[in-house]
Amino acid sequence: MTRALDEIKIGGLGSSRKRVEDNRFIRGRGNYVDDIVLPGMLHMEILRSPMAHARINSIDTSKAWEIPGVRLVLTGEMMATRNLAWMPTLSYDTQAVLATDKVRFQGQEVACVIADDPYIAKDGCEAITVDYEPLPVIVNPNQAMADGAPLIRDDKENQHDNVIYDWEVGDKEGTDRAFAQADLVSKLELHYPRSHPSPIECCGSIADFNRATSKLTIYLTSQAPHLHRAAIALVAELPEHMIRIVSPDIGGGFGNKVPVYPGYVVSILASILLERPVKWIEDKTGNLISTGYARDMYLHGEMALRKDGKILAMRMHADSDHGAFFSDAQPSKFKIGLLHSTFACYDVPAAHLTARGVYTNKAPGGVAYRCSFRVTEAMFFQERMMQAAADDLGMDQAEFRRRNFVRDDDFPHRTPFGFLTDSGQYGKCLDVGLEAIGYSDFLKRKEEAKKQGRLLGIGISAMTEPLGAGNSREYDILGVKMFDAAELRVHLTGKAILRTGAKTQGQGHETTWAQIVAHELGLPAEDIVVEEGDTDTAPYGMGTYASRSTPVAGAAVAMVARKVRAKARKLAAHLLEVSEEDIDWELGRFYVRSSPEHGVTIQECAMAAYSNMPDGMEPGLENVAYYDPPNLTWPFGCYIATVEVDPQTGVWDVLNVVAVDDCGVRINPMIVEGQIMGGLTEAYAMSSMQFITFDAQGNCVGSNYMDYLLPTAWEAPGYELHEVVTPSPHHPIGAKGVGECATVGGPAAFVNAVIDAIKDTGVRNIDMPLLPDRVYEALTQRHDVSGAPPVKTDD
Amino acid sequence: MSSLFEEIREPVASDVPVRRVSITVNGEKRTADVEPRLLLAHLLRQGLGLTGTHTGCDTSNCGACTVLFDGKAIKSCTMLAVQADGHEVTTVEGLAGPSELHPIQEGFKDEHGLQCGFCTPGMMLAAKALLDENPDPTEDEVRWALSGNLCRCTGYQNIVKSVLWAAQKLQSQSAS
Amino acid sequence: MYPSRFRYEAPRSIDEAVALLHQGAGEAKVLAGGQSLVPLLKLRFAAPELLVDINSLPGLDYHRVDADGTIRVGALCRHADLERSTILATRQPTMAAAARVIADPIVRNRGTLVGSLCHADPQGDWASVVTALGGYVTAQGSSGRRNIPIAQFVTGPFQNALAHDEVAVEAVIPAPKGTVAGGYLKLERRVGDFATAGAAVALEMSGAVVTRAGIALTGVGGSTIDAADAAHALVGGPLTADSIGRAADLAAQAAQPRTDHRGSADYKRHIVRTFVERILTRVAQPTERAA
Repeated sequence: MTRALDEIKIGGLGSSRKRVEDNRFIRGRGNYVDDIVLPGMLHMEILRSPMAHARINSIDTSKAWEIPGVRLVLTGEMMATRNLAWMPTLSYDTQAVLATDKVRFQGQEVACVIADDPYIAKDGCEAITVDYEPLPVIVNPNQAMADGAPLIRDDKENQHDNVIYDWEVGDKEGTDRAFAQADLVSKLELHYPRSHPSPIECCGSIADFNRATSKLTIYLTSQAPHLHRAAIALVAELPEHMIRIVSPDIGGGFGNKVPVYPGYVVSILASILLERPVKWIEDKTGNLISTGYARDMYLHGEMALRKDGKILAMRMHADSDHGAFFSDAQPSKFKIGLLHSTFACYDVPAAHLTARGVYTNKAPGGVAYRCSFRVTEAMFFQERMMQAAADDLGMDQAEFRRRNFVRDDDFPHRTPFGFLTDSGQYGKCLDVGLEAIGYSDFLKRKEEAKKQGRLLGIGISAMTEPLGAGNSREYDILGVKMFDAAELRVHLTGKAILRTGAKTQGQGHETTWAQIVAHELGLPAEDIVVEEGDTDTAPYGMGTYASRSTPVAGAAVAMVARKVRAKARKLAAHLLEVSEEDIDWELGRFYVRSSPEHGVTIQECAMAAYSNMPDGMEPGLENVAYYDPPNLTWPFGCYIATVEVDPQTGVWDVLNVVAVDDCGVRINPMIVEGQIMGGLTEAYAMSSMQFITFDAQGNCVGSNYMDYLLPTAWEAPGYELHEVVTPSPHHPIGAKGVGECATVGGPAAFVNAVIDAIKDTGVRNIDMPLLPDRVYEALTQRHDVSGAPPVKTDD
Repeated sequence: MSSLFEEIREPVASDVPVRRVSITVNGEKRTADVEPRLLLAHLLRQGLGLTGTHTGCDTSNCGACTVLFDGKAIKSCTMLAVQADGHEVTTVEGLAGPSELHPIQEGFKDEHGLQCGFCTPGMMLAAKALLDENPDPTEDEVRWALSGNLCRCTGYQNIVKSVLWAAQKLQSQSAS
Repeated sequence: MYPSRFRYEAPRSIDEAVALLHQGAGEAKVLAGGQSLVPLLKLRFAAPELLVDINSLPGLDYHRVDADGTIRVGALCRHADLERSTILATRQPTMAAAARVIADPIVRNRGTLVGSLCHADPQGDWASVVTALGGYVTAQGSSGRRNIPIAQFVTGPFQNALAHDEVAVEAVIPAPKGTVAGGYLKLERRVGDFATAGAAVALEMSGAVVTRAGIALTGVGGSTIDAADAAHALVGGPLTADSIGRAADLAAQAAQPRTDHRGSADYKRHIVRTFVERILTRVAQPTERAA
């Protein structure tokens, strides 16, 4: 007779358990960096460059020093005396902390003022005068690569042009051969505009150097506290064990809080010099104008096709605009992230990709904005290309995809660029989506509407993407392998604390990690407290971004719980006075196989670990697990949107959105769905309104929320969600990760829908964002509207 | 504030004029000397330690700092602290009763209306202003009323459900 | 995010406010709703020496209709009051339509119509509406009260006709003769976005005949555009497809848009044409006219 616990009741796997962290957030008792006040704390503000490219002739800070309440003014020159004017980036480049020789983008950090309060610090910044000598400005890759282009990185030896890298992957000869066999070659060229993750909370730090103990504590808006500790140890040449990073509650990250920013570094030096805590909280303009941008990539490609719709090969090229410093946060082996994960869900026999990265006079970053390192660009191009090819073939877009999907029985599948996808049911996901949206009915409605002059469109986007970077053979950042760890300590009374090296920023780790432990140990989830973000207590981890928490840290949680269970089994054998081989496990309890009514609960084992362990056994019930994933996980998403375009204005409204996600086993379905809806809204934002662009002088448009538009509740569409579950064959609990899927796959659904609505014009592409004027131009001029959204002026 | 001793510190810039303001915050009268340029959001956060009110942008767009000012939702980063003299302010810390959560707070938790939590206080106060005026809103009315508050995590659908959940609970409470 | 230092006064009477402004000698700014001014202070795009906060002035938070139909909006009447106004809902469709789309709902609780007129942002909605309605602003200063027609009140981008010691105390919409019709449409990419383009249309009608028309445009010029020719084309006859088309064309011609990241000049002109046509076509339906 078994007495297994009901897993849902104890808040285990599959339970839509209400979130633990909400209890403080709904009371306004979150603890974000800006909420922390330390005794004697000073405040720092940054003076930024108004110019995009200019030589600094002089900086006069004397007036700032005279302001009562100003404690310290730092410039690049002073940073240089400490060898801190420059710092290494996460992509083996260097980045100016405070400018010394030149400013290279608008918004670059030029000086910092530390004062008694932020108002006075701002007064101090205003009192600084900088003499700039303007230089020619480069705002796109074409200008960067032009003959005679001004050299942006004249600080670097052996850098004679603005090219950062030329990189290629794939099978060039095989691809050429396949193109020679093609019945049809379909082409597409597009730009994925510059974007910004833009969490509502900006970046910030409080550096607190204690001279008496030599310990430096930094409260930091950090998605990757251990990575930041290592980086700061290297930059500031401080011993790593004397640095403690505390990443408290984070008001959204989305990739923005992965890099190391100049403000962090200067606040640290200021605290060391002043021996007082120094708080720096970025304003929104600072956040949007200087911190990790995303995308900004020009892509073109061609697809070799057979008449019957079979894809024979893909050829692609990417020009990536990295801004003034190559500071992408990405695995070091891959110069353009995982762009080559494109076309992973389709059976493409041959493919070749070339990529070039260039410097421009724009902010650095290239962060994985809700994305596994450039997969958003990869999947957007893929799904736009699929639509263009289907149109060129005159084939139904759903049928064209279905015909080329990797089949369910063809896993693991080697993608054309060498990835190994793990599992999936792509056709089934598409069918669920088409059924939910009412595909055939919609096509009829669309034809009916056309007769009345109304423009309806439907867009499909389907993709599998690589999550969980990654296995240590291939993935590292600055040489540090991208594993994660979890540490579980079960107390005497059967309550527990779990710590990981990940860092939640809204994903709900405090809730879901406990559910994994509940699943593995049968402890009620409410009996497990989860702690993250303090490098003095958390085990090493690479942090939370690129949807890697569930695939890597989540796996470590399962593995550490299994280690604890293995010890509990020994304790159970001792308590039951049988040998280990004679007992079985059911959720929450070990029992004697031959006599199931004789058993002990996991809590009884915990008690025994402290009070009644067998001779020779080390007391206590705790362990740590480091998880090095054998492969990436490959969730699949199918997103379908229907829209209506107003032919008179180019304004388009979303009618319906259906999302079918196969993210493997769902730990907490409520949270999974929350992630998908959030992701879809960012996808809608990118397709419709959210972008950063620059005028010819390098002035940033999109440096505040008046120009950088996030949709409100009014514009955001409603969503209908569906699921298919194909467990990951190699993840301990079969989960695959989901945080970014909808952001990655979603944009193409919206764009494809609008293009579908105006297909009769012959227009193949409108680049994002699909602002009404761009759609109207395409509709009426019957031409593609391509390129970065220009800041056109009449001047 | 009562204490056994208070350190007297020379003000840094003694020529800076300050004004004494008295504001009823969450039902309690609070008095402070403030520089005229101090924003209400900063007085609440730094001066009064009510850090549930967040600041998310510089341009009065995001609404993370939304509080109730004499019962109406306003952006506290777009009002000077001196302007609140003699007025009533309700922050997120004043939403719950002494022993139980406000139905809006319960609704946000129940319907997963928050993720990172940063916009949540402002959202809940905008929702409270709506429900005070319109106890039985439609989905569209909720979306419209919350369109001065930005959320980056949830995509809003669950926020809307949270507010409708709260509306229902409030109505059933007042019926019984 | 952190304004520069300024002096602050909160007068209790208009006279006191005027005296303070007079002393301020041009270095003072009036603070009413503050929904444009405070963001400018935070960004340090504005740094006045003195702020004269008029929120404590009694008796300015009204909006009302006189017996003859004149609509008066006090300096402290908030956008939200106008959005919820039954007076506007039943008597003034152009204002009612605009009240709903000013900024966002939280900002509307604080911002004021009169303050918006004073701010004179070319992308401001109220200046177009009041222009279309032929309204005026009443100002009070050291030398007494005066009425300033809206066309003269807005003198340029972010510039108004107030003397440095004058406070705008009221906006006035003259009484209509006959039935009233109209509307306001603006193209915004998102709630709270500045208008890509907007159009205010205000008509007075006698039966089916248009007796007075005003059309004004938002966001398509250096300041609010009074499309007087377009309006004139409607007066004296009924609304027909022809007259509507002609007025819409003339309004588009009156626009002086600039190409920017919100759209090309041609596109904005096209939107003006489309919106004027849409409003007029709608009000041409007999059920759309208010008594």
